[in-house]
Amino acid sequence: MTKNRLSGALLLVFVLLSLLPIYWMINMSLKTNDEIVGVMTVWPNHLTFDNYKTIFTDPSWYSGYINSMIYVVMNMVMSVAVALPAAYAFSRYNFVGDKHLFFWLLTNRMTPPAVFLLPFFQLYSSVGLMDTHLAVALAHMVFNVPLAVWILEGFMSGVPKEIDETAYIDGYSFPRFFIRIFLPLIKSGVGVTLFFCFMFSWVELLLARTLTSVNAKPIAAIMTRTVSAAGMDWGVLAAAGTLTILPGALVIWFVRHHIAKGFAMGRV
Amino acid sequence: MARIELQQLAHAYRPNPTVPADYALRPMTMTWDDGGAYALLGPSGCGKTTLLNIISGLVKPSHGRVLFDGKDVTDLPPEARNIAQVFQFPVIYDTMTVFDNLAFPLRNRGWKEAAIRQRVEHVGAMLELSGDLKHRASGLSVDAKQKISLGRGLVRPDVAAVLFDEPLTVIDPHLKWLLRRKLKEIHHELKLSLIYVTHDQIEALTFADQVVVMTQGEVVQTGSAQDLFEQPQHTFVGYFIGNPGMNLLACTVADGMAGIGGHHFPLPAAVWQALEPLQHSSGGQARLGIRPEYVECLAAPQDGSLPATIISMRDLGTHYLAEFQLGANRVAAKLARSAGQPGAMAWLHFPPQRTLYYVNEQRVA
Amino acid sequence: MKTYNNRAWFLILPVIICVAFSAILPLMTIVNYSVQDIISPTQKIFVGMEWFRSVMRDSDLHGALSRQLVFSLAVLLIQIPLGVLIALAMPASGWRASLALVLIALPLLIPWNVVGTIWQIFGRDDIGLLGHAINAAGISYNYTGSSIDAWVTVLVMDVWHWTPLVVLLAYAGLRSIPDAYYQAARIDGASRWAVFRFIELPKMRNVLMIAVLLRFMDSFMIYTEPFVLTGGGPGNATTFLSQYLTQKAVGQFDLGPAAAFSLIYFLIILLFCFVLYTWMQRLGTGDQK
Repeated sequence: MTKNRLSGALLLVFVLLSLLPIYWMINMSLKTNDEIVGVMTVWPNHLTFDNYKTIFTDPSWYSGYINSMIYVVMNMVMSVAVALPAAYAFSRYNFVGDKHLFFWLLTNRMTPPAVFLLPFFQLYSSVGLMDTHLAVALAHMVFNVPLAVWILEGFMSGVPKEIDETAYIDGYSFPRFFIRIFLPLIKSGVGVTLFFCFMFSWVELLLARTLTSVNAKPIAAIMTRTVSAAGMDWGVLAAAGTLTILPGALVIWFVRHHIAKGFAMGRV
Repeated sequence: MARIELQQLAHAYRPNPTVPADYALRPMTMTWDDGGAYALLGPSGCGKTTLLNIISGLVKPSHGRVLFDGKDVTDLPPEARNIAQVFQFPVIYDTMTVFDNLAFPLRNRGWKEAAIRQRVEHVGAMLELSGDLKHRASGLSVDAKQKISLGRGLVRPDVAAVLFDEPLTVIDPHLKWLLRRKLKEIHHELKLSLIYVTHDQIEALTFADQVVVMTQGEVVQTGSAQDLFEQPQHTFVGYFIGNPGMNLLACTVADGMAGIGGHHFPLPAAVWQALEPLQHSSGGQARLGIRPEYVECLAAPQDGSLPATIISMRDLGTHYLAEFQLGANRVAAKLARSAGQPGAMAWLHFPPQRTLYYVNEQRVA
Repeated sequence: MKTYNNRAWFLILPVIICVAFSAILPLMTIVNYSVQDIISPTQKIFVGMEWFRSVMRDSDLHGALSRQLVFSLAVLLIQIPLGVLIALAMPASGWRASLALVLIALPLLIPWNVVGTIWQIFGRDDIGLLGHAINAAGISYNYTGSSIDAWVTVLVMDVWHWTPLVVLLAYAGLRSIPDAYYQAARIDGASRWAVFRFIELPKMRNVLMIAVLLRFMDSFMIYTEPFVLTGGGPGNATTFLSQYLTQKAVGQFDLGPAAAFSLIYFLIILLFCFVLYTWMQRLGTGDQK
């Protein structure tokens, strides 16, 4: 039982240390700029919600959140939908060029996004998708789809093939088998994939900024505005940063049962 | 080799169970003899795996006690109980060779290498794995892996009982037979107590000396294959065992006669004696049970026969499987000869010594 | 064993279309630019491998590359074991697990420029909690002045930012191990260390490989956070490869050398990843699926 106490203590220490900079960010978000650069205070001397007010009342700010949400969710759905069959194929079948294809897929994740900047700009301009959510969602698939295939394949390979075969003998059609038997067995993988697709798309700045101007401008791009403005608007930046965490926290909350073990559901 | 006793054993997930539905395992008391082969048979969700896990120590029962050879082991963890458990899919250590897999439990218990080698080779030979001892366990076929799982249990000489949780589920059908035979051989040679959980009645009936039939957390009958087939004490046993299962027909008993769908036949004296109280208490409602194997079909009416219409008559090679409409009931029967075409009349006779009567699912006569 | 079936290509087709479409075109463009001297949009001269040669000879590049390698190595050595350790310490289910998951994932969700900004303030002696606390404890700490302090700060920031990724992957991997393995280990009398070594670690091989490769790639391409925090300084102490590339490309705005450098950059990552990938696959040979 000491092992549990030790684990618990370790976990607690890690979580607390991890939360420290976040607390600091929240702290900053409740201060005025003067106080931020003036003194070091653990709690605001003059508590203010002005920074948050700015964000909630300025349409260019909150529309940023909405835009980001839209294309990120689009990307999540598209990436995972496309990745599931591919991951299954890689996991269950050998075919001509399979190993090379898999690794080529990974290489797309290895490319610095800056490399895609100009070509994407030209590409999306020419098909008239500039400044749309779809453009960013599609562009982000370049790095999210390989990641999704990669993670899902890993989890799928952990499921013994005998289960597939038993299901066919029992008369399951492929779609039914996939949804009712297979997916539940890899739900940790699906949960973590969904979260990572969300996360990497949510924080991606370069492509999102390049492909959008007004209609689909994401929150990450808007936040960089505060840097180039005369004098850094620390408080608003901190408030925006705090608010950025919320959607992601929600996503993790929703997929938590997929990642952690569900309630003891053993067969009796 | 251990005598396993379960005293007032029950398991509920909530702290204060009141109605039977609260229990995953309803209170039971049972003794299993040293060296016997037992099967726990029942449909999914009936509690058999819970019972198995309580015996192995992976689950602590909320009520009651478990005794091995008279010693109370209820609070002991699995590793202290001298049991081995084989799961539904092979559980092996992927990174180790077959030899190391089998040696693992012994190394954990501090055995000397020479003794380990001897023991592992012995068990390996018993399971026909000798040629594979040096290979990585992960590269073997599924049935070989299950043998390794079993071997890890057998390798400990002090193992008292081996528990199996539907171990043949992922094995190919033609290999199942071989593995089952191997298990029987091992049972004879090592004289261990074997407890085998399954939902497949063929497996249970061919493997075990005694079968424990369970449904919805309750043990409904324990007995040999023959007992369960010929004398099911509970309607569930009648229905679950046999293919097709027992026919269960609603009937009324009155004045020494049993009636189904308006037709009557006389009851033997002993049977009537047992059923007479029903006439007064529940209006004579009971259920009649007869196995398809024992239903007789007559070409012409006789005393005590019941008129029925043939619904279907299928030639299955070794016998005919017939379905009759008897009043509001359907009756299945296995016949040596065809009794006629669908739609024709036939007369059914239920031999009294094969006909059983049930009230509230329990056998009364 | 996997079945041989070329029809599996149909399942892969959507992925190939999406990714190839958006990956091959840019790659071709880059290759195109990397062998030309682009004096103006209309004046392009084919120069062959000249940009590649000049890029490789650049001593500043060597410096940035070696700093990058040290950084990525440190990142892997710290984040992978730490992430696995935390994942092991987390409960398997229940509200505590959910809470831990959410809290641990928070650093991942912060836009990277904000991450840099927070740590920028956080580490300052005058207005930051961390800087103030360390200096108050008697240790002189200044990430803008001292190279070592800058390195440590960048590393700690990265560990704080990205270890949760390893934790999440390792945790998901652990949770997909069926109970029966733990139960069998109990019956076999295995110690906690044996359970880790023979069950958990082998079964986490896939996720760990993903974690190692991901962390390597991303740390090798890291740009925003150190740029915002230290600007690459003091001097070029924390100037890693990405920033060096940007300096060159933006500063001189020469597409040709920039493209050549991008290609080399990509190829270096590719090479390392390939080596890591093959090595980790080898670690698990004998595993037929």
